[in-house]
Amino acid sequence: MLELSHIGFSVPTENGREKVILDDLSLKIEERFVAITGPNGSGKSTLAKLIAGILSPTEGKIFFNGEDITGLSVTERARRGISFAFQQPVRFKGITVKDLLSLATGRKSTVSEACEYLSEVGLCARDYIGREVNASLSGGELKRIEIATVLARGTALSVFDEPEAGIDLWSFQNLISVFEKMYRRTRGSIVIISHQERILRIADKIAVVVNGKIDRAGTREEILPSLIGANACAMLTKTKEA
Amino acid sequence: MDELEKMLLMQIADLHKIPDGAYNIRKNGEADGRRSTKHIVISPREDGKPGIDIRIAPHTKNESVHIPVVITKTEYRETVYNDFYVGEGADVLIIAGCGIHNCGQQTAEHSGVHTFHIGKNAKVRYVEKHYADGDGNGEKVMNPRTVISLEEGALLDMETTQIKGVDSTVRETVAKLAGGAQLVVREKIYTHGKQFAATDFSVELDGEGAGADVVSRSVAAGESVQEFRSKITGNAACHGHTECDAIIMDRGKVTAVPSLAANSVDAELIHEAAIGKIAGEQIIKLMTLGLTEQQAEEQIIKGFLS
Repeated sequence: MLELSHIGFSVPTENGREKVILDDLSLKIEERFVAITGPNGSGKSTLAKLIAGILSPTEGKIFFNGEDITGLSVTERARRGISFAFQQPVRFKGITVKDLLSLATGRKSTVSEACEYLSEVGLCARDYIGREVNASLSGGELKRIEIATVLARGTALSVFDEPEAGIDLWSFQNLISVFEKMYRRTRGSIVIISHQERILRIADKIAVVVNGKIDRAGTREEILPSLIGANACAMLTKTKEA
Repeated sequence: MDELEKMLLMQIADLHKIPDGAYNIRKNGEADGRRSTKHIVISPREDGKPGIDIRIAPHTKNESVHIPVVITKTEYRETVYNDFYVGEGADVLIIAGCGIHNCGQQTAEHSGVHTFHIGKNAKVRYVEKHYADGDGNGEKVMNPRTVISLEEGALLDMETTQIKGVDSTVRETVAKLAGGAQLVVREKIYTHGKQFAATDFSVELDGEGAGADVVSRSVAAGESVQEFRSKITGNAACHGHTECDAIIMDRGKVTAVPSLAANSVDAELIHEAAIGKIAGEQIIKLMTLGLTEQQAEEQIIKGFLS
């Protein structure tokens, strides 16, 4: 499905040197649900943006279904079946939730179609469908709408960059069930960048990124114990079971 | 009416045929149809100037007036004066608009002066659209001036739209509000090519509880130039808000000068202005949905001006 091969990504710094964000990183994604975790600043979000084509790697190649997509634009990758949910969803003046869902599906959505995607993410559709995707929506609402646009596309690969970021604990509890449902229903692969133990618990595969490299990767059974052990607190934010 | 005139009418007034209710269609300076109703009387002006008087009886409800202007000549200029007298407690819809098709080499120009006398507690929704096209080099010019007087408790909800086509426009809106009167303005402008658009609002809030909300959204593309000016003066305990939100593209230029004057310690006035290009992340978000960069820009602008 997706293969990252020897990916390097660095940015120039003020003093004229290079700061390495990702260093010779390789990862294969074949499973239905892959979680990428690791400390803040380890390069996870950069990795997600490289997959979507928002950033281009300085070294290495990205393959999607066997095709080298390293040089393809965001649009071309989207059309080949890659979706991306932003960590900080973008606001638009004048574009309604229904407009955005129509753009996501690539055709004019009917009200009932749009409602379906919204109820999938736990929003009461009637209240939202005509709302503008602007500053009047809360962070949690925007996050759900962002996820709904990815659901509406229903592509082979969906990448979520820290869906838990910027939303409160209560909203997050509800969001977990959205991903659990998504896992049961998806016909493609889901990649989630996350620090949340409850997200990791539904992953088939977990990859841990540390200092721009894959520190370890494997099945949930192999990786999770090392993450939730006594020494792992710094890496993960635990959510208490309600 | 020929196809061209029908097309112009549809653009400015969504009219496919003769409208219901009262109407006055002005074509190349001449009356092309007029109908008064029991409650809405349209008559030529008494002072001899070109234009009409529109008198709406007190408590007229759910009626509409269409007064479109169509110009299909080149080398044609006119100034038209239309006065609206809206009776106490009326609730009506007024649709005005000007469509110019100029395929000649000379200028076609329409200057409309609309004066609204809106009686106590009357409600008016006023929709004005400007449209122009033509394959010649002749300029299409529109200079609307709107003068508004709102009595106690009256409401005017004004929606004004000019999307492409008009080469040069200078728009002036002056309003005076008595106690409890409300003015809501939603202006949308899109200029491209070498077009020029200037808009100037001046609102006086004279009575206690008067309120004005003047919002302009505009896009300046190509090498077009826009100027937005607004001044809200609070002379009593009142609320005023003016906002100019502009997107610039290519080599477009926008100047925004919102201003406020408070002459009463209880006047609450706010102004906002923002000018900038389309945010890069908005374009990227839509590209992740499969749109090209150009399609993304079009959707963002369409939404912004909707």
